[in-house]
Amino acid sequence: MKKTLTALAAGAALTLGSLTAQATTLRMAYDSDPVTLDIQEQLSGATLQLSHMTFDPLVRWTKDLQFEPRLAESWERIDENTMRFKLRQGVHFHSGNTLTATDVAWTFERLKNSPDFKAIFAPFSGIKVIDDYTFELITAEPYPLVLNAATYLFPMDHAFYSGKDESGHPKSEIVKHGNSYASTHLSGTGPYTVTERQQGVRVEFQRFDDYWDKSSPGNVDKIILTPIKENATRVSALLSGGVDYIAPVPPTDLERIRRDDNSELVTMSGTRIIMMQMNQQRVEAFKDRRVRQAIAYAVNQEGIAAKIMKGFATPAAQLSPEGYLGHNPDLKPRYDLEKAKALMAEAGYADGFTITMMAPNNRYVNDAKIAQAVAAMLARINIKVDLKTLPKAQYWPEFDNRSADIMMIGWHSDTEDSTNFYEFLTMCPDTATGSGQYNSGQYCNPDIDREVRATNTETDVDKRAAMLKDIEQKLYDDAAFIPLHWQDLAWASRKGVEIEPVINVMNFPYLGDLVIKE
Amino acid sequence: MIAFLVQRISHALLVMFVISLISFAIQDSLGDPLREMVGQSVSQEERDALREELGLNDPFLVQYWRFATHALQGDLGDSYFYKEPALSVISQHLPATLELVICAALIIILLSIPIGVYAAIKPRSPLSKAFMGVSIVGISIPVFLTAIVLIQLFSIGVTVHWFPQETGWGAWLNDFFSTDGGMPSYGRGESLVHLFGSWDTNFLTLNGLNHLILPAISLASIMLPLFIRLIRAEMLEVLQSDYIRFARAKGLPMGRVYFLHALKNTMLPVITVGGVQIGTMVAYTILTETVFQWPGMGLMFLEAITRSDIPLIVAYLMVVGVIFVVTNTLVDLIYGLVNPTVKLTGKK
Repeated sequence: MKKTLTALAAGAALTLGSLTAQATTLRMAYDSDPVTLDIQEQLSGATLQLSHMTFDPLVRWTKDLQFEPRLAESWERIDENTMRFKLRQGVHFHSGNTLTATDVAWTFERLKNSPDFKAIFAPFSGIKVIDDYTFELITAEPYPLVLNAATYLFPMDHAFYSGKDESGHPKSEIVKHGNSYASTHLSGTGPYTVTERQQGVRVEFQRFDDYWDKSSPGNVDKIILTPIKENATRVSALLSGGVDYIAPVPPTDLERIRRDDNSELVTMSGTRIIMMQMNQQRVEAFKDRRVRQAIAYAVNQEGIAAKIMKGFATPAAQLSPEGYLGHNPDLKPRYDLEKAKALMAEAGYADGFTITMMAPNNRYVNDAKIAQAVAAMLARINIKVDLKTLPKAQYWPEFDNRSADIMMIGWHSDTEDSTNFYEFLTMCPDTATGSGQYNSGQYCNPDIDREVRATNTETDVDKRAAMLKDIEQKLYDDAAFIPLHWQDLAWASRKGVEIEPVINVMNFPYLGDLVIKE
Repeated sequence: MIAFLVQRISHALLVMFVISLISFAIQDSLGDPLREMVGQSVSQEERDALREELGLNDPFLVQYWRFATHALQGDLGDSYFYKEPALSVISQHLPATLELVICAALIIILLSIPIGVYAAIKPRSPLSKAFMGVSIVGISIPVFLTAIVLIQLFSIGVTVHWFPQETGWGAWLNDFFSTDGGMPSYGRGESLVHLFGSWDTNFLTLNGLNHLILPAISLASIMLPLFIRLIRAEMLEVLQSDYIRFARAKGLPMGRVYFLHALKNTMLPVITVGGVQIGTMVAYTILTETVFQWPGMGLMFLEAITRSDIPLIVAYLMVVGVIFVVTNTLVDLIYGLVNPTVKLTGKK
């Protein structure tokens, strides 16, 4: 009976000449699945991917890193510290409730209390609701990154998350270990609702009938997400037709997918910088700028990107990738072995010295191999490296303890802005303010720090860009750290699944707009 | 009998105690579970607060005491990642692993006994030699390689152009060596049938069975050669013994001699080894499950390690310890049934 019905439905669809009448399903495999349905519990890639499927932000990034209005229709800066937003009307949550400015205010307050997200919203002093569809975000000081933060504001259904659950806990609670109402229930404004979820096995999404964005070209009715951690298995699942779309694609399999007639590969230069930090507290020689420069001249970024990363990386000489405000186009990788040797001799270390180095071996693409290559490059200027690579679970505690003279770290700026890099990676470590939290090199230059702080209150875009570029230049001249490359990103799909228009460098595909052609 | 069981249960408790102590002692070197719980830009203060909340700052003995008192009430703690009691997480993953092991065990039993016996009865036949040769190769290929080759051949498919396509025989040979693919390469599939509790089975639908085939063959490929060789060696030895010669001299039909008298004694050591190996298979399906993204205990354990999900790691190790004790006990009991002359320790 079921079969006849399907046949009838298919026949009807054909006679109407419309393919959208049939349910279009996307089966996809990522390397992980969301840990929780509470989008404010953990700031991670998987959470943001879920957020963009089930919620909508006030504004979102376009492919070329511009802002696109979503739930906020328009915005204007009223004064130095205030940005006024107009909220879109007629937007409904999955529960049926209508979105108003009260929901935004409620969401904002919750973000301010979320351990993971509060840092992004720290510059904001409050939110003021003017009427149902108007509100103002107020900062303590003039703040240039209001819209960057607004990409993290996914209004939640305040009526749905209010009150108490069966066990008497408030539904709005954010619990990092253990279950909460919000970690298992979800009501957003996004294109999909979660219909079934089995942690670590599968998540099923269904298109939300009442989705506000009627102009979205997206035609996918159902999405089945299977987490497949093992790279080879994920690729096999695509090649065998078991899934329609996978991410990430391991660099070793790029060629294989490119050669496959039924698959399509999309790659993009990424924004995660991989770098080495030289610990000045542990090694006296690293206090000498000439030694740091010598190391900077000895490391061949282009060689690493070409040989070890097989071209799947963009060699870096600074922190800010292209497209960021602070990207300084004058800074180029400076590999020059003779100069490196000369600088070592000048600093009085012609005979070199011995240091320790640590790197993870399962966190970044080819991390252990990159560390080995850097160690070999340093050997050529007589710096003997005692290298140890560890699984990430064991690496991070070592990193926190600053256990080696040179340590590797990769960093992606949560705000998609250059200042975030400096705040976490190059500012003088200070536990009181939290700056320099990941500066395992203990590099400290108060002049640069002052400039970094100034960029946080400069709202003139051109002036700010000039400041950021200047900081990059100074860090480069000072050889504060050794930048290696920005890791590239790759996605792959079966032909007909048009992922290219919906993916972006932040790696949260806007699957609501995904089109599948049969 | 009862004394024997009591002794074994006390063994199990001792094993669990030792395992829990060891896994607790090494938890610091398993990594920092907080890393997987918080984002990169969370401040040190927040981390410290969460660490305090989880009780990770307490001295070892305090932590262990808290764990032990809960464990005695059947609570092995909550998994950090799944946010559920570790034991219930394990019980959700156990059926997938058990089905995989059962299926692999069936393949092993159905193939190893006839092949082993044949190779012992006709040691010089070319077929026996072929079996022995293949089994040597089988023993030496690691399971993940078998798995990847199986996926390439039967899931993705291979088109061969070794022979001239324009000739009839070339086209036929190319076709013969090419495979279509199409077998599922990951997971348990969509059409599971619910049995009871957390047990959904693959066995009741065609689609479910399809998903089982490749992982089960991969898993069986490690043990199968071992059992063929074991059965052959044992059988050869039994065939030399006096009672077999008497049986033959008495003029019994050869079928009866081989399959009734000889096989029974051949199976004695095989049962011992087999019991232990089944325990090993349940515990160490890690590789097979990882390659096939089979949502069983092995995959769960591997991911728990990468996430430093300590309560789940400890609980898993203890459960595996129990599985070993239980299978060994069962083997001893069955052994007693097959060979009544064996006395169980503790049995008066």
